[in-house]
Amino acid sequence: MELLYLNRKALGEGFYYLKGMVIGMFWTVTQSLLGGLLTTFRIFIFTLLIALPLGLIIAFGAMSRFKPLRYLVDVLVWVIRGTPLMLQLIIIFYGPGLWLGHNIWSGNETGRITATVVAFSINYACYFSVIFRGGIEGVPVGQREAGEVLGMTKSQIFFKVTLLQMVKRVVPPMSNEIITLVKDTSLARIIAAYELTFAGYSFMKSDGLTWPLFYTGVFYLAFVGILTLLFNYIERRLDYFR
Amino acid sequence: MAILEVKNIEKHFGSTQVLKDVSFSLEEGNALAIIGSSGSGKTTLLRCLNFLETPNQGSIAVKGETLFDASVPLKQHEKDLRKKRLHFGMVFQSFHLFPQYTALENVMLAAQLLAKERTDYKQNKKEILAEIETRGKALLDQMGLQDRMDHYPHQLSGGQQQRVAIARALALSPDILCFDEPTSALDPELTGEVLKVIRGLAEQKTTMIIVTHEMAFARDVADQIIFMDDGVIVEQGDPRQVIDNPREERTKQFLTRYTEG
Ligand SMILES: Nc1ncnc2c1ncn2[C@@H]1O[C@H](COP(=O)(O)OP(=O)(O)OP(=O)(O)O)[C@@H](O)[C@H]1O
Ligand SMILES: [Mg+2]
Repeated sequence: MELLYLNRKALGEGFYYLKGMVIGMFWTVTQSLLGGLLTTFRIFIFTLLIALPLGLIIAFGAMSRFKPLRYLVDVLVWVIRGTPLMLQLIIIFYGPGLWLGHNIWSGNETGRITATVVAFSINYACYFSVIFRGGIEGVPVGQREAGEVLGMTKSQIFFKVTLLQMVKRVVPPMSNEIITLVKDTSLARIIAAYELTFAGYSFMKSDGLTWPLFYTGVFYLAFVGILTLLFNYIERRLDYFR
Repeated sequence: MAILEVKNIEKHFGSTQVLKDVSFSLEEGNALAIIGSSGSGKTTLLRCLNFLETPNQGSIAVKGETLFDASVPLKQHEKDLRKKRLHFGMVFQSFHLFPQYTALENVMLAAQLLAKERTDYKQNKKEILAEIETRGKALLDQMGLQDRMDHYPHQLSGGQQQRVAIARALALSPDILCFDEPTSALDPELTGEVLKVIRGLAEQKTTMIIVTHEMAFARDVADQIIFMDDGVIVEQGDPRQVIDNPREERTKQFLTRYTEG
């Protein structure tokens, strides 16, 4: 009887001990993943901030009346879209060190993130440029001409007539690309940037744990989910016209 | 004196000549119909009048003021060009309404933007904008669209859209209103409502140039008609005379082809 009681007590304590350990581990993983998420978020935001305006510039280049520039831009876009982003990332991170003899990226985490942002910005700017171009050229010429005939200035036509129609055309394909970007940030692991996927993966390597991988997936889902809600909202706001 | 004087207009795109020595004049308050087979240069002529194309030769004068003269090469400043454009209004075959604005907003937009250039805009902003709105509503009323003012273009039928486009072109009170086949993009049962509106404008002595394939309408409404073929004016004159008793062989052929369908 006493023995049974003791055993039960030991079991109970063991349970609490285990529960404590699991909760402790859960916190460790969460903290680590949050750290990774911060890096992922940094890559994401800086890439967007650079690639969006750069993409617009490339789009203008692709529509330029100056033929050599047009060809140059076409070739650039073709090469960048025709090769893997991971390959581009490797070349941009390791290339300068091998060609110049010294690494232009500092060896620390900041250097890795910077190299990633540079590679991603070039790559995504090319994809964005195609979307921008489609949006700009997709607005019928008749819209501009209708404005001209009504005596509007070029800038009035752009801001009051064509801009919103371009935005409406650009938002759906752009939201797809931006959501792809969230997931593509995981490629930064290849140059050992400690982003979200790397964070989750490291627990499998060191502790043989697989559940942090699924937990990592939840982080991505939340990130993508918020973006999806945002884009749905924008699309709905632009739904009132066709 | 004629309100519009077009002299010796030539236009080519690359090596194809689209307009050859086109000259005509139009009296104030008159409606001019332009007929002719596909590719004869009717649209191009209207586009030249509206400065959407630049003629290679010739001149255009409105109310005695030369707006364009190819023999006097001068760099057009945007501001001058815009002012010249306002002598003409344009109604396109496929409407080209601004999709993100309601019918009323479509009609008011250009006037609102133009008003900003007035020196007294800041002081009298409220009155000026109220005036524009009153005028916009009156125009849509005139087009029979009083209950469609807040509809967006995609919520309107083709005939309604074209009537909004006419109101929009009238909003800046152009001297001459141009129509490029205003009913060609419409279902047959909707052409009537648009033609009725144009007929009403003719009765009010609006100066108009109407490119059309509606022969009966042209005969009935126009004061003057031009038949174009292959970039030249083959015949012009009184619409009844030209349509019922054409003098030129090419006009006859065109009209028989037309009446035969
Ligand atoms: N921007 C352009 N570049 C080259 N050729 C053009 C251009 N615009 C018109 N053309 C040519 O000029 C000719 C006249 O065209 P236009 O549109 O003025 O004819 P249209 O009389 O209006 O015909 P439709 O009844 O079919 O509207 C056509 O042969 C056309 O192919
Ligand atoms: Mg035409």
